Amino acid sequence: MKITQKDVAYVASLANLDLTNDERVRMEKDLNAILEYVDQLSELDTSNVAPMTQVSQLGAASKTTADPLRPDELGECLPHEAAMAGAPQSDGTFFRVPKVIER
Amino acid sequence: MIKDHDLGLLTVSSARAAVQERQTTAAALVESFYTKIEAEDRQPGQINAYLNLTRERALQQAKRMDAVVDRGDPLPPLGGVPIAIKDVMVTRGVRTTAGSKILGSYLPPYDCTAVARLEAAGAIILGKLNCDEFAMGSSNENSAWGPVRNPHDLSRVPGGSSGGSAASVAAGTAVAALGSDTGGSIRQPAAFCGVVGLMPTYGRVSRYGLIAFGSSLDHIGPLTRSSKDAAILLRHMAGHDTMDTTSVDLPVPDYEQEIGKPMRGLRIGVPKEYFPDEMDAEVRSAVEAGIKQLTDVGCEVKPVSLPHTRYAIPTYYVVATAEASSNLARFDGVRYGYRSPNAKTLAEMYRRTRDEGFGAEVKRRIMLGTYALSAGYYDAYYLKAQKVRTLIAQDFLDAFREVDAIVTPTAPTPAFKLGEKSDDPLAMYLADIFTVTASLAGIPGISVPCGNSKDGLPIGMQILGRHFEEGTILRLAHAFEHAQASTAA
Repeated sequence: MKITQKDVAYVASLANLDLTNDERVRMEKDLNAILEYVDQLSELDTSNVAPMTQVSQLGAASKTTADPLRPDELGECLPHEAAMAGAPQSDGTFFRVPKVIER
Repeated sequence: MIKDHDLGLLTVSSARAAVQERQTTAAALVESFYTKIEAEDRQPGQINAYLNLTRERALQQAKRMDAVVDRGDPLPPLGGVPIAIKDVMVTRGVRTTAGSKILGSYLPPYDCTAVARLEAAGAIILGKLNCDEFAMGSSNENSAWGPVRNPHDLSRVPGGSSGGSAASVAAGTAVAALGSDTGGSIRQPAAFCGVVGLMPTYGRVSRYGLIAFGSSLDHIGPLTRSSKDAAILLRHMAGHDTMDTTSVDLPVPDYEQEIGKPMRGLRIGVPKEYFPDEMDAEVRSAVEAGIKQLTDVGCEVKPVSLPHTRYAIPTYYVVATAEASSNLARFDGVRYGYRSPNAKTLAEMYRRTRDEGFGAEVKRRIMLGTYALSAGYYDAYYLKAQKVRTLIAQDFLDAFREVDAIVTPTAPTPAFKLGEKSDDPLAMYLADIFTVTASLAGIPGISVPCGNSKDGLPIGMQILGRHFEEGTILRLAHAFEHAQASTAA
């Protein structure tokens, strides 16, 4: 087994999840099964292979001539009111959140 | 007048023509669709493709189109055509949930580019369609709002994640639908529901306003009743968008014209890796019969090899989950969406919001992706998968030196039963085994119906093409449909 309960707790903390005890047990089992399957990638020698970090360059780089950068000009942007409208809690200007620092 | 039972036969061009020629009005057509949706989709145990009906927006657009006809003017290219949108594409002021509780009451402040472009071309948006939560799933059972059922057999899944899109087109509750495809999420449900599903080349259609899952893998595309309809819709949503810098600035061909070009001399590759010995016999024979029909219309068929195919699922589930874990970090209860009321500190609010807002599969993928990106594992998983992705893409580039298109099954089996795989994530992931390869390579793919199993379940054939050569695969799909129709007749 690659993943232990300790790993599940650590990765959950990185991902800002708590998970219930039941979820942690299930997660350990599922992640181990998936990672075991993923391990077949190690059969391949990739020491001379570059990682694929761009997708569009494959087909398009040779065909497109456009500059990927737009002119640095001020465009239209979302009005403040519209940007705040979906906030669970707001004072109209700022997002409100629970206290961050205890004095 | 269009009778209710004919709604399921309408195509993009016939719907537009019916409004243009005053056989109906756009407003009456919209009302007929809503009547059918209320009767066949919305009751418990029914298909459940629609999450939200956008009546007001639809009727406003319908009135605009009727006014065009009343003035004696020609309708715009999609004028009066009722379509529906997968709920992962944002619609201004219209609830958009991505199938998740965490966006349960989200009202986006802007429109997805693809949706806006279709509407600008006259299409009428009937509503938002059910899907797996954040497009993560292959059966539509991961929706927070209940599963979608397959119109061909209500005890079976419609496929996923664009299950609502495929089911609505198959059931005749929309003329066409938009879906999104990250590892097969347009093509696999299209196969399960017996409709056409097109994943365009990565970069062909703007992703602006598509709620992100795996940004290097996400595509928007149409699900339709014919390849011609897919060609028409693609033309009107494709092209560069300054809001998505990965959308490519290439001319958009008139795909409707492309599909009429002659077939003779097109070379079709059949990769042995997609026809393993243990594969479903009915799927094999339906796809082999389909390949035979392509030779009958003038294509040359030759065997090709895509040797890294078996590594595609493990590669995909590392790359896609890594990207997802990063993309879904934005759901924190601060700016929009759900916020847990049970938190006293900021850190607690983040965690409880995410714990309560996300479903099991989404949490699983966030965890897997976070693990693959975490210190000490990045090289072994994420970097390794990105390198194997290069090999998988190279397989296609090599094969496309020999052939113009590649034909495979879309899915290893016809639609499975609800609940059949929902407890086994790995078994579910394998439902995407023939579709993730094209997603990883960024090439276009289309699924077309190629027959039925003895239980009457649709089987799909997948046609893959070179980057930005959607015209070729649409042409093949179109010719295949015609060959099939003439054999049946």
